[in-house]
Amino acid sequence: MTSAVGSPSKAGFLVKQPGPRTLILDLGRYGYHHLGMTTGGPADPVAFRWANRLCKNDQNATALEAVGGLVLESAVTTQLAVCGANTPLTINGRVRALWRSHRIKPGDVVELGFATEGVCTYLAISGGFEITQVFGSTATVVREGIGGLNGNKLEAGDSLPCGSYESNEDTQCLKLPKGYRPVYGRHAMLRVVPGYQQHDFSRYQQRRFFSNKYKISSRSDRMGCCLEGPEIRPNTDGILSEGICFGAIQVPPDGQPIILMNDRQTIGGYPKLGSVLSLDLGQLAQLKPGDTVYFDPITVDDAHNILHLADSYFKKIEPLVC
Amino acid sequence: MNITVAGENSLIIYFSQEVDSEVSTELSIEVSAKVQQAVDIITGSLGGVLVDLVPSYASLLVIYDIFLTDLHSIRPKIRELLADIDRVDKSEGQLIELPVYYSAESGPDLMLLADKAGLSIEEVIDLHRSQEYQVYAIGFAPGFAYLGEVDERIAAPRLATPRQQVPRGAVGIADRQTAVYPSVSPGGWNLIGLCPQRMFDPDTTPTMPVKVGDRVQFKSIGRETFLSLGGEL
Repeated sequence: MTSAVGSPSKAGFLVKQPGPRTLILDLGRYGYHHLGMTTGGPADPVAFRWANRLCKNDQNATALEAVGGLVLESAVTTQLAVCGANTPLTINGRVRALWRSHRIKPGDVVELGFATEGVCTYLAISGGFEITQVFGSTATVVREGIGGLNGNKLEAGDSLPCGSYESNEDTQCLKLPKGYRPVYGRHAMLRVVPGYQQHDFSRYQQRRFFSNKYKISSRSDRMGCCLEGPEIRPNTDGILSEGICFGAIQVPPDGQPIILMNDRQTIGGYPKLGSVLSLDLGQLAQLKPGDTVYFDPITVDDAHNILHLADSYFKKIEPLVC
Repeated sequence: MNITVAGENSLIIYFSQEVDSEVSTELSIEVSAKVQQAVDIITGSLGGVLVDLVPSYASLLVIYDIFLTDLHSIRPKIRELLADIDRVDKSEGQLIELPVYYSAESGPDLMLLADKAGLSIEEVIDLHRSQEYQVYAIGFAPGFAYLGEVDERIAAPRLATPRQQVPRGAVGIADRQTAVYPSVSPGGWNLIGLCPQRMFDPDTTPTMPVKVGDRVQFKSIGRETFLSLGGEL
């Protein structure tokens, strides 16, 4: 495996406490599905993109995805922003706001607690973390042992090298006004583009799926979000294994749907109803076991328009200078 | 050929009407060759708008960039590009030979598989290595190539309890499929030997010795050769 550890001379951040699962990632690994490699990347790309943007980074700059419990010590002067789940953030013990950038100097200790709303938070620094790309991406996929620091989640003692950052005392911090921030609740409406084997499910079965609430199961992970609710039965036992796209809804023999997420397997043999709109998968990733979702079918044209509008909206919002 | 929507930015092309796994070997090989043809044609003509491609047994998932194209542009283009695929000369793919050290030492399920099949160990090895296999799909893990089909006599269901750790290079059988584990991973296939050749190496080009549409034949090697080729026991 390609070594991805930065040279020791490169200053950056020291991991004092890694938390249960902190991953180094960029927007994901594309173009390698034919080798069996998945995309990885941020479970909530909207929050990820904002963290980078508030640090004036390229949107694909390497940042961290944490589910809390992370403590870092800085050896550099930079700026840092945390976006995503509502998680207590302190710098040198002082409470700091999410969704804005903060000045960081050598010796500063950054601490993330555990989320009160939502699950994942993204920590970006100006210039991004400097991590060697593997197959065109720094995204860590633990299951594949690829990306990040030698394919692993962060461990205590890891050192995270940083890109260069030019600053002076006047370098401005940015914040995203409250009204533009996503709200993370306990429910989500997931829009679905029906497709794949949808016609292998009777109209009754499809209606059952689209008219019932499903609960997020504790078996969910970065590969798939497992649901619990009314059983859905296709007219077929299984299909020849075929390519799985992001958000595909597969129905295994127990009738409980699984939504395939960032670290999904690239092929599989369960019948699928269609795929959840990528924009809504970020909302899904912020739900906890026991939270609920329901589904709304949309056309592929609707999906196309929604995604174009969301992109335009993201680009048009200007963060405020603090 | 049938092109179906898979998601907001994905289409899936089916090259066979058969949807279950009970397809004859001959048909499977023909369909698999078509999938590979389609990968070449689509990559060559639409490369600029593609995000990813997933070839599999009888289908090809095409993921495209919705900021560069849309369903109404790409679907007719694909239809047009693939209209003549039935008439295109079938490339047979490359024939790749993979060495295997078959033994009880390197294949913990070899003896049990032979017992259950009512065959000697030598017969199991002969049946496994004499067949030319088609690379139908790559997935499950990076570099994991599904090869088919093994002789009915040595077909064996997956283990009831998968192993926590299967070594890199382990050669396994599951039903009528066979594969070489590209890296250490959990796995439920019946292990009959070890292949010293790396099936997935990010530091080499190409990363994998095989691609979908190629053919594979196994060659039986002894312990010494296995070790001299870099194999580890």
